[in-house]
Amino acid sequence: MSRTLLEFKNISKTYSGNQVLKDVSFDIREGEIHALLGENGAGKSTIMNILFGMPVIHSTGGFEGELHIDEKKVDVNSPFDAMALGIGMVHQEFMLIPGFTIAENVKLNREIEKNNIINTITSSLFGKRMKTLDRKAMNRDARKALDKLDMSIEEFTLVQGLPIGYMQFVEIAREIDKKGLKVLVLDEPTAVLTESEAEHLLSAMRNIAALGIAIVFISHRLNEITAVSDRVTILRDGEHVITKDTKDTNVLEIAEYMVGRKVSIDRTSGEGRQFDDNSDIALSVKDLYVAMPNEQVKGISFDVRKGEIFGIGGLAGQGKLGIANGLMGIYEAKGDILINGQKVALGKTRQMLGMGAAFVSEDRKGVGLLIEESIEDNIVFTAMNIHSEFLNALGLANKHTIREHARKMIKELDIRCTSEKQHTGRLSGGNQQKVCLARALTQKPSILFVSEPTRGIDIGAKKLILDLLLKLSREQGMTIIMTSSELAELCSISDRVAIVCEGEMVGILPPDASLSKFGLMMSGIKEAEGEVAS
Amino acid sequence: MSEKVTENVSFLSLIRKIPFSTRAVGLFYIAVVITGVVVGWPFGMLISSSLHLFGVWAILTLANVPSIQSGTGPNFALPIGIVSGLLAMVLILAMNVMGWMFMLLSTILAIILGSIAGFFYGRLMNAVKGSEMAIAPYTGFAITAIFGLVWLTLPIDHPNMLFFLGDGLRHQIPLDYFNANFILANLLQFEIAGVTVRTGELIVVFVACALMWLFFRTKTGIAISAVGRSPMFAKAAGINVNRSRIIANMISTAVAAVGIVVYAQGFGFVQLYDFPMFFAFPAIAGILVGGASGQRARVMNVIVGAFLFQGLLALALPVFTRVLADTDVGGVVNQIRMIVQNGIILYALALMARGAKQ
Ligand SMILES: Nc1ncnc2c1ncn2[C@@H]1O[C@H](COP(=O)(O)OP(=O)(O)O)[C@@H](O)[C@H]1O
Ligand SMILES: [Mg+2]
Repeated sequence: MSRTLLEFKNISKTYSGNQVLKDVSFDIREGEIHALLGENGAGKSTIMNILFGMPVIHSTGGFEGELHIDEKKVDVNSPFDAMALGIGMVHQEFMLIPGFTIAENVKLNREIEKNNIINTITSSLFGKRMKTLDRKAMNRDARKALDKLDMSIEEFTLVQGLPIGYMQFVEIAREIDKKGLKVLVLDEPTAVLTESEAEHLLSAMRNIAALGIAIVFISHRLNEITAVSDRVTILRDGEHVITKDTKDTNVLEIAEYMVGRKVSIDRTSGEGRQFDDNSDIALSVKDLYVAMPNEQVKGISFDVRKGEIFGIGGLAGQGKLGIANGLMGIYEAKGDILINGQKVALGKTRQMLGMGAAFVSEDRKGVGLLIEESIEDNIVFTAMNIHSEFLNALGLANKHTIREHARKMIKELDIRCTSEKQHTGRLSGGNQQKVCLARALTQKPSILFVSEPTRGIDIGAKKLILDLLLKLSREQGMTIIMTSSELAELCSISDRVAIVCEGEMVGILPPDASLSKFGLMMSGIKEAEGEVAS
Repeated sequence: MSEKVTENVSFLSLIRKIPFSTRAVGLFYIAVVITGVVVGWPFGMLISSSLHLFGVWAILTLANVPSIQSGTGPNFALPIGIVSGLLAMVLILAMNVMGWMFMLLSTILAIILGSIAGFFYGRLMNAVKGSEMAIAPYTGFAITAIFGLVWLTLPIDHPNMLFFLGDGLRHQIPLDYFNANFILANLLQFEIAGVTVRTGELIVVFVACALMWLFFRTKTGIAISAVGRSPMFAKAAGINVNRSRIIANMISTAVAAVGIVVYAQGFGFVQLYDFPMFFAFPAIAGILVGGASGQRARVMNVIVGAFLFQGLLALALPVFTRVLADTDVGGVVNQIRMIVQNGIILYALALMARGAKQ
């Protein structure tokens, strides 16, 4: 077994009062491929940012715990420190300059300079910027790095216009070109790659590891991980769950560790629901494609029955949020949609609203609220605009009925505020969400889309909102399509839960299905394959 | 409804609620008035002329409300509306329509032409979304330049409208030939304590303001305000964002067109050629001084701002003349007036830009 290279010792991190890493310890060995796993928000990027000395860590109060390299404590206060210690990182977001060649990007800020007569004079005046670049040497080094990755592309190609998969390789080439690289961190490198590109990357990773460089590899694709990694570490809600040799585990077990037993919200009984397998189809979606950035939907079909609560889950960036946004015309979409058997054109928000659909967006401050306007104006806005309600005989806003209605909603949803005149921007997250819901309910919808209804709000408000959704379904027979990153929440009230991965629907599970089944689906593995794997 | 939140209504807290620029210009205003009293300038005349300037500028200032509310920003392309109004008056005058009939018909035609021009201007603003404030002023300049040519070539042969020599419309067409000078100003005009009140003008101003206020309480007006606050919110509520912005700019341009009709009767001339260029900045400074920001404007801002800003200019000139007494060589006073006016404009625009950053 190879030597321990890097150790994380009791790492804790708090972002403005919110603890996102809790006493995490594990180690990385020389030349190993170490997979780091966990659901969204588990803290994977955060702990890697700590390792790389990212400013976001130090500008938010630093962290607790220690980093050890070769059994010595090290201080990493900036990416420069990290580089000097032999740590390289490819971030989730690309950091390339489009107008430069591949070689220039590989060598960015570490350009090789030649001396000439002019620069001997100017460098004393202007520093090293004026020195001429030794392009030959730069290109040669870049070539070497690209060869290690089995990349045949010319090093003098401009980065601009490269397929996105190639950019990933350029970033990796930049890191492995650095002298003395010991650890290379890849934060979700395959998320943007096509299948064959991902294959290529995995084999390149093996080449790099063979050079004695350790790789920390963050990915959601469990199959990839079991194929390529030597060990896996799993984080959940900022806590270290386990570190294991990959050969001693399997995708099913990993999936269970990832999803884990969260703070569970008990499943409320389904009694009194006005819905069964014979109810009419309220919403039928066929071949839906949505061009929402980072949440693309690539051909999804499903039916929802009248009165049903249909949950949509999946990891961030996989496309689950794109569904409601596409159907409601917020982002461009195509597909065949029927509402109560009637065909609707996509992209016509007004028509969707007119047919009784309402939408509570995941983007509360951007889409959900007018933050500089009062609670009452927010609540009646859409109903006034679509159904011409709350207007007097002259077509002017009717202050009286608006106020009366707003007060009623404030009471029913327990919105904590100083008065109905308070600006929504001043409310807490939970109360803002209640205003969004109040606005949707004011439209008296028959189909309600709610996205991330409890994100970032306290547990009390969470419960109230979930209970309210259930009550609406029970008492009014409202059809609800709820999208959420929290599996526990989806399972607590949904009748069925669909899991979306990479823009496609992997499958639909009953809410009481086992956690491992959900975990596998979230990683894009269909049930049948999962059984083979176990 | 008795559980109203009791607020601290001390004088200081009231003052603090007034926007900073309004407070600053307001203080300056008071200082000038006091100086005026000290140097013994006839008060009645000062107030009369500031009321008069308010009356002719208020509607032009009001034109900024819809464009700001819709998110297009202050109407830097005010010359488009002004040219529309001028064209309306020229066309009506060419038919030798006089007096009240001229007022009525040119107002109606101004609204029609202004709306049409505003429609195309709104489409332009949609096409350059994000850089409206860079494009708008030049659109105004361009239209003014184009109409410089139009005034020269319009086939009009009314002797009272043409240059004395050669072809083309005059720089200033006197309305007294058409019995239309001061027609609103003289309506129900009265004098009280040495102050001349041009009631007709003020009535028109308040009617225009009231209509605007009411419009922003209709479904369409509320939708336009939402578009300005958050286009994504508006879109999600089924509002056609581009259409709302076009409507707002049609109204803005039409109001500017009416504004210039009122302005023309107030001075007794229809002024052409370069004239439309000099309106956008004072009108914008007016609404900003009144407490509007680049993103949010109310009718109240128009009334307060036009009164303070135009009033200050009306007062400053005679007061400075008096203070400088005989030293006014080569139009120093008028220079000072220009410095005051442009200084306030610069100040208001700078505050607006700073507010937009925050
Ligand atoms: N800059 C930041 N400020 C505040 N909270 C943050 C910041 N970055 C991440 N977080 C929070 O820290 C938690 C962990 O995030 P992250 O490490 O990015 O998760 P992962 O990479 O595992 O998906 C999340 O709850 C996230 O909302
Ligand atoms: Mg991450």
